[in-house]
Amino acid sequence: MMLAYAENGRPLPLVAPISQPFFDAAREQKLLLQKCPRDGFFFYPRSHCPHCLKTDWSWQPARASGKVYSFTIERMGQDPSQRARIPFVIAVVDLDEGVRIIGNIVDCAHEDVRVSMAVNVCFEIIDNMPLTCFRSVSAT
Amino acid sequence: MGKKTAAIVGFSEWKPQKKWPTSMFSLEAMAQLAAETLADAKFEKHEIDGIVIGGVPESPVFAPSAVAEYLNLQTSFNEIVDLGGASPAGMIWRAAAAIEVGVCESVLVLCPGVPSPSYRDAKSKLLPTMIYMGGDAWGSPQSQWEIPVGLVAAVPSYAMAAQRYRAIYGYDEEILAKISVQHRDNAQANPNAIFYGKPITVDDVMISRYVADPIKLLEIVMPCDGGGAMLITSAERATRTPHRPTFVSGYGEFMTHKSITNMPDFLHSPLAAASERAFRMAGMRREEIDLACLYDSFTITVLLAIEGAGFCKPGQGQAFVREHDLRYHGDWPLNTHGGQLSFGQPRLAGGLSHFIEATRQIQGRADARQIAHCDRAFCSGSGGMLSEQIAVILEGA
Ligand SMILES: [Zn+2]
Repeated sequence: MMLAYAENGRPLPLVAPISQPFFDAAREQKLLLQKCPRDGFFFYPRSHCPHCLKTDWSWQPARASGKVYSFTIERMGQDPSQRARIPFVIAVVDLDEGVRIIGNIVDCAHEDVRVSMAVNVCFEIIDNMPLTCFRSVSAT
Repeated sequence: MGKKTAAIVGFSEWKPQKKWPTSMFSLEAMAQLAAETLADAKFEKHEIDGIVIGGVPESPVFAPSAVAEYLNLQTSFNEIVDLGGASPAGMIWRAAAAIEVGVCESVLVLCPGVPSPSYRDAKSKLLPTMIYMGGDAWGSPQSQWEIPVGLVAAVPSYAMAAQRYRAIYGYDEEILAKISVQHRDNAQANPNAIFYGKPITVDDVMISRYVADPIKLLEIVMPCDGGGAMLITSAERATRTPHRPTFVSGYGEFMTHKSITNMPDFLHSPLAAASERAFRMAGMRREEIDLACLYDSFTITVLLAIEGAGFCKPGQGQAFVREHDLRYHGDWPLNTHGGQLSFGQPRLAGGLSHFIEATRQIQGRADARQIAHCDRAFCSGSGGMLSEQIAVILEGA
């Protein structure tokens, strides 16, 4: 199956059934993460805990705050469907829950983005589909 | 000590070109590469009983059998390796391991990298799949988390590794530029290199534009067309070839993730574990290596490989590059053919080029860029987003 695209041309997530609760919550600006009773939180959504491969996990609300682990300013636009957006910031963020999550940093000048910068998770809704974003804590 | 049971005895390497003038089916290219490699090693076709390939666009399933049939080979070892840029490295050690356990005697490693007419029909499908690293199918984690936010292809992933490096260890852009420049200097002694006759300076690198910060244009490989192949055989058969047998004396492979997001620590490459195994197997110390041929998709890949392979401690890579001359006549020769940065990256054959160059140097066939004493070479392969990491030690008989 090929990707789905928004009206503005951006590729949208092809949601797998296991991930549906994440996207449903995200549509309401809430962050849900899976938690294993033994191993704690994990991300991305999986059928089995990636540590113990057991299935007795549950969805739990997360604080949605964390620190930038690393980032880049994408300027090439190798993906034709993202070319109209360049330059934009892609970041990987270590959440307080101990998991790493990827998204775009928004509402922050590109030159101000730093590793270890404190951020909050938010979601940009495009065609009713939530895309993970981060906002600098100092900016809010 | 070390495993001296399988040796590279011949190879073929096509001069990379920005655009190959004609298209050729993959099977046709493999037949040509096989013929040239057999001629180089003075082997007969009937002696080949193993093949390792990276895929056949015109016959994507049952691919090894399509190759065996096309070349009319009877083979007892048939393998397809799917490790991105590390595939050739994986092909070489798998061939050596197969020979060591005795399931076959002589293996062809075939890496064509020319435009195939098969791609034409499949182009609209294949192109996104390549950009999206095969993660665009429904159910793939990448299709849910990474492609929508714009993390595709390799540059932004490696850029995030470089950005993390900058934050933790500091980052001297001129030292990273030196890696590009000295690769280009090596290419000036290799008439087959795509950038032969086109040297660059540190300033040239510094003023080239950012593609994904902090990676600049002249710190990125040069994709092109070409091809390469190798013949690996048993120690016994290796003694009767015209070239110095080049043993695959140690190897290791390690993998921890696919996407960069899920790399446990951006600054500690899986190459460390792969290299430990390779050095232990070869019974060799880092100081005994005469030549390093490190997979070079970006300058940061080289920096992390120098550290990962244990040639210096983590975080000391920039000091290492500052203190050493990486040219073929320098004190720490690296990628003497120019590397993919300056020899070119002819698709899959780009990853093979490091092994062909190491073999060439050990066999004394490197012409103007021949290094004085080359008995032992350390080669690496890197696929995906610092994901698939392979270390191989080659050693002359
Ligand atoms: Zn668990």
